Amino acid sequence: MTAYTATVTVRLKSGVLDPEAETTRRALERLEFDLDALRAADVFEIDLEADSSDDAERRAREMAERLLANPTIHDYEIAVRERE
Amino acid sequence: MTVAIVRFGGSNCDRDAARALAHLGIDADLVWYEDGLPEGTTGVLLPGGFSYGDYLRAGAMAARTPIMEEVREAVSEGVPLLGVCNGAQIGCESGLTPGIFTVNEGARFQCEPVFLRVENGETPWTRAYEEGEVIELPIAHGEGRFEATEEELATLEREGRILFRYCDREGRVTDEANPNGSAGNVAGVVGDSERVAVLMPHPERATLPDLGRTDGVGVLRGFAES
Repeated sequence: MTAYTATVTVRLKSGVLDPEAETTRRALERLEFDLDALRAADVFEIDLEADSSDDAERRAREMAERLLANPTIHDYEIAVRERE
Repeated sequence: MTVAIVRFGGSNCDRDAARALAHLGIDADLVWYEDGLPEGTTGVLLPGGFSYGDYLRAGAMAARTPIMEEVREAVSEGVPLLGVCNGAQIGCESGLTPGIFTVNEGARFQCEPVFLRVENGETPWTRAYEEGEVIELPIAHGEGRFEATEEELATLEREGRILFRYCDREGRVTDEANPNGSAGNVAGVVGDSERVAVLMPHPERATLPDLGRTDGVGVLRGFAES
């Protein structure tokens, strides 16, 4: 078994309104920052022991499918790296 | 007939629901989620509140608790289910009803009375009303914006599964009358079976005559109708 960190990034699908991101964008503009757009995402860093990188990714994917993301509004991506 | 009102940590409309059902002569028991669904449960009410502190997404954690597996089984055997507010979010997160209720368009918690147009007066939850009738119920939510894919929304409309839409006093379904940016102004829907319903407005807060309007009575009567 090897120690891995699987990073699951959950984003709203393109076109789904994100009122919190919009509010954050406006707050940045009030601070006189100049920006075209702002997107927010949730990042979950999951430490786990697995037989292989593929196994770690498979388990992280199942976590995303079953809880972390809601397929109606979310896309997600997974990155796996070995942990020191 | 005993309706199980399932309480999770953070539920806070459970006793309101119990009192409203008692007023209508419908037997109901408060059930702690860890205790499981009692035998002989003939209805399930998922009450409002903030289960699991709304962490991750409103209703996401509660939807994946073991009692919801029992609820799913009961529902498949024809037991009626009503999810109100956080209970509606749980219903959608568990897949019992389509779509999701997410952050309000204005990013604010909104607590106010709203007008609703009855879209389908033939379900157990709306049989007390006429199609097109306008009723008034309170909302109290930060995550009540209904989102569904275009195909899902089209299916819901085609199959008459939309219970209520936000409207103005005259029953016009407009953007101005939409308090949270819900797709199609949708405030409540039924699942694959019309016995399974969720809505963001609070019928239990509009049932006791001492509290004013009683437009919510017809919704709760669905437990007796199913």
